[in-house]
Amino acid sequence: MEITININGTDHTADVEPRRLLVDHIRTGAGLTGTHIGCDTTSCGVCTVLVDGTPVKSCTMLAVQADGREVTTVEGLKSADGLHPVQQAFSDEHGLQCGFCTPAMMLVGAALIDENPAPSDDEVRWAISGNLCRCTGYMNIVKAIQAAAAAAASSNGDS
Amino acid sequence: MLPARFDYVAASSVEEAIAAKAEGGDEARILAGGQSLLPMMKLRFATPSKLVDINRIAGLDDVRSHNGHLHVGALVRHADIAASGAVSGAVASAAPWIADPLVRNLGTMCGSVAHCDPEGDWNSVLLATGAEVVAQGPSGRRTIDIGDFVQDFFTNSLADDEMVTALHLPVPSGRSGGSYQKLERKVGDYATVGVAAHLELAADGTISAAGVAMTSVAPINRKATGAEALLVGNAPSAELFAEAGEAAAAEADPRDDVRGSARWKRRVVAAFTQRALAAAAEQAQA
Repeated sequence: MEITININGTDHTADVEPRRLLVDHIRTGAGLTGTHIGCDTTSCGVCTVLVDGTPVKSCTMLAVQADGREVTTVEGLKSADGLHPVQQAFSDEHGLQCGFCTPAMMLVGAALIDENPAPSDDEVRWAISGNLCRCTGYMNIVKAIQAAAAAAASSNGDS
Repeated sequence: MLPARFDYVAASSVEEAIAAKAEGGDEARILAGGQSLLPMMKLRFATPSKLVDINRIAGLDDVRSHNGHLHVGALVRHADIAASGAVSGAVASAAPWIADPLVRNLGTMCGSVAHCDPEGDWNSVLLATGAEVVAQGPSGRRTIDIGDFVQDFFTNSLADDEMVTALHLPVPSGRSGGSYQKLERKVGDYATVGVAAHLELAADGTISAAGVAMTSVAPINRKATGAEALLVGNAPSAELFAEAGEAAAAEADPRDDVRGSARWKRRVVAAFTQRALAAAAEQAQA
């Protein structure tokens, strides 16, 4: 079945089997390997992407379900102006150890900041509660998302 | 992991979805949020020959007041319920504890109800509060009481050519309250034990209606009818709620598993029933 998904601002048209999972389509079809596969059983959240701005597990959605929608992967966070505030903050605050959960954590963080420009510690922890970090590096992930929120707010001139 | 092959139909209307499902017989499944169905298909626990995707059908995603109840459409996601100001009591209490935030963004309340997983939270909540399931088939629409809808382990009372289009949640007119208490090992894990409680109070402050139902402690979401019977007609009190907790524990049928022993789970049922009832009474009396 022919589908067109806008991934990170570019339309990708492909003929896919209905059973193809969105994560496989992103990695193998579009060649964007920043989206990882962890548990592959809807538990760990490392395959998180944004579909029309909402974070979802791409291992638990069919590619055909994303036909006509906008998907943002970690590769889409960076803009012409440079790193996304969340990316910069993960670097500054050492928000990663092995890096495997990082793309998902950053996307969840970016979606959270879009909705809530100044999330509390609890609100960040609640937002990332569907994402596992096997290094247990949660302290710095929370710090990084809060730092990103502060940076985004000050660059928007409302801090 | 790849699911087994299936035919895929993206329906653009409820009528089209029903026709496609009817054609597929008992091998066809409705795809709404897919957060239980797709994992089961990937593990090949489920191998439907056809998936009827209803996500592109307009008008199924609303929560609205209708004829004295709250109408929840088939595409209302758990996150929509959690964010909705229209829900209260046990429904509002349970919504933030369904699965995890990412699953709540896709999974639907109607889908979870139809799935009839005894470890699912919503059917306990709906058994406690009362609710009707709206089913539509080729010959029209019918409403099914939640107690008749939930039949068995992963089994509902829909015919092969019917789909769930909505839930009708009651909106109590008098003083009422409700709560859902859930023990989980981690966010996103199935409940080790869950208890939903709902209370309505008469003008004199006694309990006029009571609902208690349990998750993960029986082969089906189970109403604790003995506990409910103890409550009705009496004034809310800690002693009464403790007694109801013991009654619910006796009605539970938990198993020893990786999440704990049956004996311990019964004690959790007793404690959670007490807590849920106390929270429900506090709300109703506020």
